[in-house]
Amino acid sequence: MASQDIIARSATTTAPPSIRQQEEVAKLIDTTKCIGCKACQVACSEWNELRDEVGHSYGTYDNPHDLGAETWTLMRFTEHENADGNLEWLIRKDGCMHCADPGCLKACPSPGAIIKHANGIVDFNQDHCIGCGYCITGCPFNIPRISQKDHKAYKCTLCSDRVAVGLEPACVKTCPTGAIVFGSKEDMKEHAAERIVDLKSRGFDNAGLYDPDGVGGTHVMYVLHHADQPKLYAGLPDQPVISPLVGLWKGVSKPLALLAMGAAVLAGFFHYVRIGPNRVEEDEHPSTPDTSVHVVDPAVHVYDPHKPGGQGEERP
Amino acid sequence: MKDKPILRYNANERTNHWLVAILFIMAALSGLALFHPALFWLSHLFGGGPWTRILHPFMGVLMFVFFFFLVLRFWRANFFIANDRLWLKRIDRVMRNEEEGVPPIGKYNPGQKLLFWTLLLCMLILLLSGIVIWRAWFSQYFDIGAIRLATLLHALAAFVLVLSIIVHIYAGIWIKGSVGAMLHGWVSRAWAKKHHELWYRDVTREDPPDSQISKKG
Amino acid sequence: MTNHWTDIANANLILVMGGNAAEAHPCGFKWVTEAKAHNKARLIVVDPRFTRTASVADYYAPIRTGTDIAFMGGLINYLLSNDKIQHEYVHNYTDVSFIVKAGFTFEDGLFSGYDADKRSYTDKSGWSYEIGEDGFAKVDPTLQDPRCVFQLMKQHYSRYTPELASQVCGMPVDSMRKIWEEIATCSQPGKTMTILYALGWTQHSIGSQIIRSAAMVQLLLGNVGMPGGGVNALRGHSNIQGLTDLGLLSNLLPGYLTLPSDAEQDYNAFIAKRASKPLRPGQLSYWQNYGKFHVSLMKAWYGANATAENNWGYDYLPKLDIPGYDVLKMFDMMAKEQVNGYFCQGFNPIAALPDKNRVTAALSKLKWLVVMDPLATETSEFWRNAGPFNDVDSANVQTEVIRLPTTCFAEEDGSLVNSSRWLQWHWKGAEGPGQARTDVWIMSALFLRLRERYQKEGGAWAESILKLNWPYKTAHEPTPEEIAKEFNGYAVADVTDASGATIKAGQQLGAFAQLKDDGSTASGCWIFCGSWTEQGNQMARRDNADPFGMKQNLGWAWAWPANRRILYNRASADVQGKPWSPEKRLVWWNGKAWGGTDVPDFKADVPPEAGMNPFIMNPEGVARFFALDKMAEGPFPEHYEPFETPIGVNPMHPNNKKAISNPAGRVFDSVWDTLGQAKDFPYAATTYRLTEHFHFWTKHCPINAITQPEQFVEIGEVLAKEKGIAAGDRVRVSSKRGHIEAVAVVTKRIRPLQVNNQTVHQIGIPLHWGFTGVTRHGYLTNTLVPFLGDGNTQTPESKSFLVNVEKI
Repeated sequence: MASQDIIARSATTTAPPSIRQQEEVAKLIDTTKCIGCKACQVACSEWNELRDEVGHSYGTYDNPHDLGAETWTLMRFTEHENADGNLEWLIRKDGCMHCADPGCLKACPSPGAIIKHANGIVDFNQDHCIGCGYCITGCPFNIPRISQKDHKAYKCTLCSDRVAVGLEPACVKTCPTGAIVFGSKEDMKEHAAERIVDLKSRGFDNAGLYDPDGVGGTHVMYVLHHADQPKLYAGLPDQPVISPLVGLWKGVSKPLALLAMGAAVLAGFFHYVRIGPNRVEEDEHPSTPDTSVHVVDPAVHVYDPHKPGGQGEERP
Repeated sequence: MKDKPILRYNANERTNHWLVAILFIMAALSGLALFHPALFWLSHLFGGGPWTRILHPFMGVLMFVFFFFLVLRFWRANFFIANDRLWLKRIDRVMRNEEEGVPPIGKYNPGQKLLFWTLLLCMLILLLSGIVIWRAWFSQYFDIGAIRLATLLHALAAFVLVLSIIVHIYAGIWIKGSVGAMLHGWVSRAWAKKHHELWYRDVTREDPPDSQISKKG
Repeated sequence: MTNHWTDIANANLILVMGGNAAEAHPCGFKWVTEAKAHNKARLIVVDPRFTRTASVADYYAPIRTGTDIAFMGGLINYLLSNDKIQHEYVHNYTDVSFIVKAGFTFEDGLFSGYDADKRSYTDKSGWSYEIGEDGFAKVDPTLQDPRCVFQLMKQHYSRYTPELASQVCGMPVDSMRKIWEEIATCSQPGKTMTILYALGWTQHSIGSQIIRSAAMVQLLLGNVGMPGGGVNALRGHSNIQGLTDLGLLSNLLPGYLTLPSDAEQDYNAFIAKRASKPLRPGQLSYWQNYGKFHVSLMKAWYGANATAENNWGYDYLPKLDIPGYDVLKMFDMMAKEQVNGYFCQGFNPIAALPDKNRVTAALSKLKWLVVMDPLATETSEFWRNAGPFNDVDSANVQTEVIRLPTTCFAEEDGSLVNSSRWLQWHWKGAEGPGQARTDVWIMSALFLRLRERYQKEGGAWAESILKLNWPYKTAHEPTPEEIAKEFNGYAVADVTDASGATIKAGQQLGAFAQLKDDGSTASGCWIFCGSWTEQGNQMARRDNADPFGMKQNLGWAWAWPANRRILYNRASADVQGKPWSPEKRLVWWNGKAWGGTDVPDFKADVPPEAGMNPFIMNPEGVARFFALDKMAEGPFPEHYEPFETPIGVNPMHPNNKKAISNPAGRVFDSVWDTLGQAKDFPYAATTYRLTEHFHFWTKHCPINAITQPEQFVEIGEVLAKEKGIAAGDRVRVSSKRGHIEAVAVVTKRIRPLQVNNQTVHQIGIPLHWGFTGVTRHGYLTNTLVPFLGDGNTQTPESKSFLVNVEKI
């Protein structure tokens, strides 16, 4: 199906079809309301028809143990003792953040394997995915996973199929406590602001919204009790940016390197044109074995293996 | 005897070289396909994106293996000797096809030697970083920071390698007779004397090799 | 629930204790988050573990398992001594002024009338009110009489000082005070606290009394009958409320009517005993209508065969020779080979009942066992050796097991009753697989065959079967609609109701007020009367309109009784009939009648000045702090230790060995030897569910198995360090009755508690795994649990017992 709402497309240097205008959407995950029931995980599995393996308990509540090609969202549980010595059980629904400046898309070498819709959804098109895993390298949140079955990269689609027909993502639909809400990004920010007022009234002075600038903002945002320390939440990056290594790799170095290679070829070509080939004139060829090595430039260094130190010396 | 050509590379050496060359071309083209969108079309040469992704690391590893044989064979000839410094100092004359003041050099000129060591370094980096970013087998053993660094190093090393090979290829085109050396193995005496005089003397000397001028080290 | 799910949003304070609502009732828990978000409500969680509910609480405090009465007793003491009670409510709507008989005493942990040999209170005569010459209970409105309930209660709980309560509970005194202070604010008429509990309160040998202590707190705060108040049992199965409503207990009939005992051969005396006359002037004492409910039930069951002449088939009813044949009793009898065959319908006893090895041994004594279930339950394979998970010698099990696959709830139409008492109609979502049949189909087939044999061959008590009314269109498969209509009830003959309207014979009844004791009405469950009227299936309604903004949603499904959403809601208005607060308006007197946002739980046309009190089901018209003779262990809740106590002493009564654990708890003689001591099993253990699973069902579902694949136990960091256990290690947890092995989850969420001047560690043991299903197979957790329980409900003490833990 043709799309007209693609505002960014991986490995594509011309404008993608982007005529259609859409409001930016966002999913707001309120970690302060989340009870870690994993209904979102189940709804995700149900809607997207994913079945991960029945794994093991690793001594935590995190199951499956990690995100995977068949687990696009995952509750991560962290036990945190706050400054007052009170225990907090921080539960964060992990998954794709749908960055405004998506590192995966930047890194992806395959044209159209990763696209960004005008509404902000970053979507993988596995038809075009070549399985290189560059998206994982590019992602500041360590989200995409390569399937070991088909070697394609997978992650949360923000239920782009549902959103496209006016439905909320499956996880939002199922969340029993309203900890996950969905709407226009503006509305979600407004809702978050109300939540933060409530949280501050409950003593969470650092409550705030996680919508990190480093990636241009995200279309999945968190309300955090401790917005000053996102790291507490199972290592949510404090200030996520596309890694400078990735930036270097997929940023300036790409055109520069290409330019340099082109220049090298051209330089050779013009060298050939201007200076010409280096041919051996057969008549220069000495008629007798030339053993007169003594007529070389005096600057030539010679080496006498019998001299002490084994170093060369200046020829007189 | 005097006009008899000199065997610069034997059949095994030539085969090895061209295996490396072919594998390099394939690895480079497939790598470039993944490096820049403008070159992604190259992936079609390998049967599409996924095949490019699948084949590239195998080609790379194979290239490294064959290159390693070349290294074993030629590493001694690539040690720098005394004359090399002057030769490099006079590289501008070399580039202008001038021979005045350019010192005689051994089997390989310092440019070739630099290339040799650069290739070796790049290939090592490519191999090691390539393993780290080889999703199908090894990436799960490395953390994301290592993978990111490896990715960058891989691209950098590949870039240097490609540039070096461009120079290498052009040098072959530019220095007439050298392609032949790698194709059929033989060079004329004149060619040898002109480009690799010390080597030429070495191989044409009838004496036992106790010459004054020899390879360094 | 006295209140209901959506009403939680009206609360100002939510106390979750003896339950883990976020974990076990995540969908209902949304109303807690609503209350927090839109009502600025605070959430307090008291639990042995820092639970998922605690993760969103404003305040959490740990408590030693099984010591909730000490906490509540201390709270009652705090409220009384700091005068943090809703005076007008307490004075008018409770029994505080009632005078208790002089024979009632409480000494050294025991109430009057205790028979130590029988381990029960055989003489409860003192546990009652003084009755005056006018036949009414004596009261002292000044509350000065030392024998009035108020003074007795005050005296009883004066022993529960914060320090002593803390010594029992292991909760630090300052945490306790902080919570009590917060709770005490809800004594203001405009503020309410709701209490949400579940099996964390019921599954103790003192479970019923824990819940009563909570009810007493709510009465002191004036929070019963109030929006956002009440004592709310969050039921453990989607239709377990329906089970009790329909009387699927050995001593009950539908609608909380009771079976007669052997001694009650006289029908009129049977009714008279239950149709209590008012104990105070002007009170309704609604159970006076008992006869109407009973006769209508008998008409539904026996139709034309129930006549005035045969006392409406009174002789068809079985009479109990003992108080009841609850499951503990049945399995005890089974073990003694007094039971030959057993029908297990939607029940997985070797997983669900305590002491799995005992249950397995009992099942092995059966000649036959029929398991009706949608799933391949462990019980249906109790004979199969499943390695360490079920290490039985199959050759020694001679029981014939017959498995009858049934459809599950989603594969049939019908109604479910939720914790809110809402009857919600549901529609079949899919056909049952294979040869699965509905429970109704199987039971009908059984009935029809039994009837045929009784017809041909006769037998003892054949009439009970032969006289049954079976009016269904398809005899072998009555439809859910037919059964639902029968529960609601219909006119047998033309009847006239109180308004003078006539209901023609055959028409559906509109309300239980229309029921008659002359045989002209039939109703299979009087409290369901109104659920399927002439206007159709009220349970199928899905109108969530909320005209008063009070979250009562009277158009959504149908709530028993009479579509009433909050029980005792007359108490939400003051004596003059005005709501205590505009924010908490529920029902009120409008000058002519009671009405408002809910269906009044009251006689609609009785004006406030008539003096009728809100608790119309009680003969005294008021709520009881003093439970009379209704409870097995005494009129006031008292703390007793779990039968397996980690401290070996009851700090409330350190010198009375008889009062360590519940003196009237349910313990079979053969069980004493299976109880462990703290010296061998030093850790207090508690079992529970996880949100990822539902009982023993969802381990058969791949998605649930993925989200929680393998059995684990939770161990506090401190104990784990002592024992050298790291997260992910395998550990063996053993009790006197057996052991399980599981992965260790090492957590900060369980901390050691200081109890009675010693450190008590607690171990958390989830219960979902077994030797069938698609999760990684595991041990049945109830292997560890003692086979004893509450003396009122017979509920096992699954939440408090002793174990040892070792790293494997």
